[in-house]
Amino acid sequence: MAATPDSVPAAKKGGFRVWLNKRLPVDEFVESQLTGYYAPKNFNIWYFFGALSLMVFVLQIVSGIFLTMHYKPSEAEAFNSVEYIMREVEWGWLIRYMHSTGASFFFIVIYLHMFRAMMYGSYRGPRELLWIFGMVIYLALMAEAFMGYVLPWGNMSYWGAQVIVNLFGTIPVIGPGLVEWIRGDYGIADSTLNRFFALHVIAVPFAIALLIALHLVALRQTGSNNPDGIEIKAKIGADGKPIDGIPFHPYYTVKDLVGVGVFLLFFCGVIFFVPTFGGLFLEKPNFEPANALSTPAHIAPVWYFTAYYAMLRAVPDQQMGALLMLCSLVVFFFLPWLDRSPVKSIRYKGILSKIFLTLFVISFIGLSYLGLMPAEPIYVVFTRIFTVLYFAFFLLMPWYTSVEKCKPAPERVTYHA
Amino acid sequence: MRKFALLATAFALLPLAQAQEPAAAAPAEEAVAIDWAHWQAGNEIGNTASLQRGARNFMGYCAGCHSLKYNRYSRVAEDLKINDGQLSEYLLPAGSRKADYIITSLAYEDGEAWFGKAPPDLSLITRSKGSDYVYQFLKTFYADPATPTGVNNLALPGTAMPHVLSDLQGVQRGVFRTVESKGASGEITRSEEFVNFDNPVPGQLTAAQYDEFVRDTVNFLDYAGEPYKAKRIDLGIWVTLFLLVFTGLAYLLKKEYWRDVK
Repeated sequence: MAATPDSVPAAKKGGFRVWLNKRLPVDEFVESQLTGYYAPKNFNIWYFFGALSLMVFVLQIVSGIFLTMHYKPSEAEAFNSVEYIMREVEWGWLIRYMHSTGASFFFIVIYLHMFRAMMYGSYRGPRELLWIFGMVIYLALMAEAFMGYVLPWGNMSYWGAQVIVNLFGTIPVIGPGLVEWIRGDYGIADSTLNRFFALHVIAVPFAIALLIALHLVALRQTGSNNPDGIEIKAKIGADGKPIDGIPFHPYYTVKDLVGVGVFLLFFCGVIFFVPTFGGLFLEKPNFEPANALSTPAHIAPVWYFTAYYAMLRAVPDQQMGALLMLCSLVVFFFLPWLDRSPVKSIRYKGILSKIFLTLFVISFIGLSYLGLMPAEPIYVVFTRIFTVLYFAFFLLMPWYTSVEKCKPAPERVTYHA
Repeated sequence: MRKFALLATAFALLPLAQAQEPAAAAPAEEAVAIDWAHWQAGNEIGNTASLQRGARNFMGYCAGCHSLKYNRYSRVAEDLKINDGQLSEYLLPAGSRKADYIITSLAYEDGEAWFGKAPPDLSLITRSKGSDYVYQFLKTFYADPATPTGVNNLALPGTAMPHVLSDLQGVQRGVFRTVESKGASGEITRSEEFVNFDNPVPGQLTAAQYDEFVRDTVNFLDYAGEPYKAKRIDLGIWVTLFLLVFTGLAYLLKKEYWRDVK
């Protein structure tokens, strides 16, 4: 009543926002996380995949929620309920293809995201913990994808589960009992399917969400690395902000929007035109219901696991093979301490680092391909060569990163407008 | 009855064919073997007329033994633009309701007893084996007196299924040749290799007509495996166009915002 004519519109304008911010630090959060978070201005195409991974995660959660409304996690009904979704649920086919294609695309973007980190030394100090959180997300994602793959209860789901769960049986002493405990039965059965459903829709996604939060908090703490592998925080301008940094919002939000568009073109291209991707994303034997009496001619996991599967098969002894597979994953965790190079980015590292990274990529792709093929002698020879090269990248790293001649890293980031 | 007569004729011709073999062996040696394993169905999921003919073929020749347990008559009629009158007249078996799933009247136990293996449900056959496989299967039956049905199949050797389309295709004879190959330790192994077909017993359809018949049937099974397939592809074109415009606009927006980044 006593307010002057001037103050009335002002109070109205800021009314809800002020009210809200007194109770929830919305503006503060946006400021600290987006508009006031400075990212290096020289990000290239490789820096799209972090944001894209997050988007695919959200897509998987949303499509997954709609799938659980119609899916039935029981031995008798699972396969039929998936076909029911594909045929009789409104837009069910689209939701299912989003989810099945999303699983493969999740790994595509995660692999590219990891490769980016390996190229530009994003795992190096002070980002060791950021890298480790990322690796734990990757492992959780593998568990999530494996259990999700079992749910449609196709014949490949069934036999794939058989093979993977039996890997735990190679653990000395407790192995056989552990396998029984995981399955909840003497074979892959109704109880296995039911618990995998519980883990797939609640436990693991919840853990992944928490890990993503930790990954992002750690990222905000250290700031992003960049293709030059130098710290933008080392060059602070008069305004107290990094000279080579730009606010994440709006600069990288609009840039990521372009990445989202391009990504969706690929993603929707698969969903609408080749949802099975020639049997690579949805395998042919999985259109037959699980059958304990009929083993598929050739059991192979989905493409994103085949590199590890190839290594498992390359060793004649199953126990040693499983151990090797475990090592091939664990070794990633030590990357921050294996790299002794004075520079972070591949741009300034010496020729040896470039050769070993190239060989690593060739080996990983080669192993992924060989894991899809039957275990014929000639393939096994190649698998062993690639396995050696895969481990050489890690185990020889302390040597080749310290002996090679590096170029000096620049003072400022390389950016051409 | 006609079917059996044809089969009988085929058998009658067999000794004759075998007698000719030594003479035929020499040219067969040079003949290029038919690459049936790479035959492609080439069916068009958007071709409604072909799908309608395929549905008629399926109900006429397959549904006696095979189910499409995930497909309803009413849904098939709706998708294939078959009206109620046509549905009841041509497709719906007596005693079935429109909303019923397409279930064969052949009991599972009878199927097992008569064929040794119950005829499988075909709702997902094109998805688990591929359209090309079904096409190859339906085109590579050949007379084989050694089997209970009198026929064998190249795509599925030893199949329990009789050649139910023999009155349409006729019964073709498979021409094989013996190939010798040297093993790792120098031992010679002989194996039978398929060369081509000849067609001693003609059916009602010409080879081209039978090909069309099989293609339509495979097309229908392809539809039955994924009823939304044609709609999915149509919608995909619009989605792609939208995303192209979206990405273009996003790019312009990015350029505008990044103008001041030096």
